[in-house]
Amino acid sequence: MKPINQKAWWLVLPVFICVAFSAVLPLMTVVNYSVQDIISPDRRVFVGTEWFAAVMRDEELHSALWRQLSFSLAVLAVEIPLGIALALSMPARGWQASLVLVLVALSLLIPWNVVGTIWQIYGRADIGLLGAALAWLGVDYSYTGDATHAWITVLAMDVWHWTPLVALLCYAGLRSIPDAYYQAARIDGARRFAVFRYIQLPKLRGVLMIAVLLRFMDSFMIYTEPFVLTGGGPGNATTFLSQYLTQKAVGQFDLGPAAAFSLIYFLIILLLCFILYNWMQRVGTADREGAGHE
Amino acid sequence: MNEARFRWRTLFLLGYLLFALLPIYWMVNMSFKTNQEILASFTLLPQQFTLANYATIFTDASWYSGYINSLIYVAINMVISIAVALPAAYAFSRYSFIGDKHVFFWLLTNRMTPPAVFLLPFFQLYTTLGLMDTHIAVALAHLVFNVPLAVWILEGFMSGIPREIDETAYIDGYSFPRFFFTIFLPLIKSGVGVAAFFCFMFSWVELLLARTLTSVDAKPIVSVMTRTVSASGMDWAVLAAAGTLTILPGAVVIWFVRHYIAKGFAMGRV
Repeated sequence: MKPINQKAWWLVLPVFICVAFSAVLPLMTVVNYSVQDIISPDRRVFVGTEWFAAVMRDEELHSALWRQLSFSLAVLAVEIPLGIALALSMPARGWQASLVLVLVALSLLIPWNVVGTIWQIYGRADIGLLGAALAWLGVDYSYTGDATHAWITVLAMDVWHWTPLVALLCYAGLRSIPDAYYQAARIDGARRFAVFRYIQLPKLRGVLMIAVLLRFMDSFMIYTEPFVLTGGGPGNATTFLSQYLTQKAVGQFDLGPAAAFSLIYFLIILLLCFILYNWMQRVGTADREGAGHE
Repeated sequence: MNEARFRWRTLFLLGYLLFALLPIYWMVNMSFKTNQEILASFTLLPQQFTLANYATIFTDASWYSGYINSLIYVAINMVISIAVALPAAYAFSRYSFIGDKHVFFWLLTNRMTPPAVFLLPFFQLYTTLGLMDTHIAVALAHLVFNVPLAVWILEGFMSGIPREIDETAYIDGYSFPRFFFTIFLPLIKSGVGVAAFFCFMFSWVELLLARTLTSVDAKPIVSVMTRTVSASGMDWAVLAAAGTLTILPGAVVIWFVRHYIAKGFAMGRV
């Protein structure tokens, strides 16, 4: 298919250098810390895999991991269908399209700490719109007191904040489908759902892959928003992995264990993304082969 | 039938927009109130309308320089990200070479590292290089998550351009740089627009790294804002005004790239 050309490496080189400088170098420092006990900057002891073993046994970490997994899966389950539906319902052309695009994208542009702060006020029953509305409906709502409410609020905040990303990607993907496809479907008398299932969804596969992976990895690393909104509480209902890590690294200043934790954390995300990536690719290929047989 | 579907769609869209805009309305609403009013009562519109919060931001250099600092490093980051991502994306979309698939996935893995992991190493690295508290430091740090994304998006756009165009240009005697800048780049300019928007967005809203790597001279707006939390309580009103102002630059950027997004793109590789 594509011509083989090893010189193409030269074109990739600048990216390689940038990423090596800003990612590989720092990561190596982390690896270096993870196998040492740093008592003071000049006194370090090599401890091998001791920190890794300690981190793996950490009960709190396990519960943080489960909380994180269920949160990220909930994020995907809500944001991906909602984003697709939103993209399908957005107007395709004219000034309405421009207006809706800008309005939908607004929440993406708010700094993450501001997002948390707005929702902090927004959710308060006495002075916030959401809290007051819920109280008026008779819901005894409190994101600071009730663990379930806190969890749902963080989820709602994430849905509010990030669904536009999925929607924008899908919208761009939808606009790239040539009109001829729809005309052919109309001639065949295809139903609305069939058009979605056999024309739009396959064409969206590429952008959906980006959307799913981005949302998955970013929600897995969520830090600022829940930190500002709930501070991880009540109890530790909304203490996700990043926050637990920061507590360890900054709060207790345990560099070695924190570094080991970081690496395990990174490997978990990597593994899950790899599974997702391959699974989505397989689903896509099976789809195309299925379509070929018809 | 079609009419009914159209109505449902519009209803759904309006419902979502309501959900999306209410928190923003609440922030804008707060930005015109006094702190007293925000904390004491529930009011849908400011009762004592005030512009004092905006005045605070526009007259205090430590506030408005935050916006300037953020814009500087975001712009540097955007330029570097796109500049290095363009040739790489071209290589991925046009050629096979040893390890191409692995490098592509490896690039993405850099986006999977929690920024919290990098805090301390970055701090030490930039202190050693004497880059602490400079715009370039934050811009370089943000490359971690923006370069992979830019490569990914641009590669998708480039794969949509038939290879025959390249071949014809080479036969016509175009050199690679001349072909790239005069023929190829104009063809994918919508891709550049979309990639630039995403780079802008992710760099603009990032807090953790930007805050750690700066102290005075390059302090970004996101970290100036944390100043509103003080021993005497939160300055909600000024924070809301500052938050409202942070949306504006991004809104301008998206206004410029809206046609590119509306034109559409599908990803080739993935």
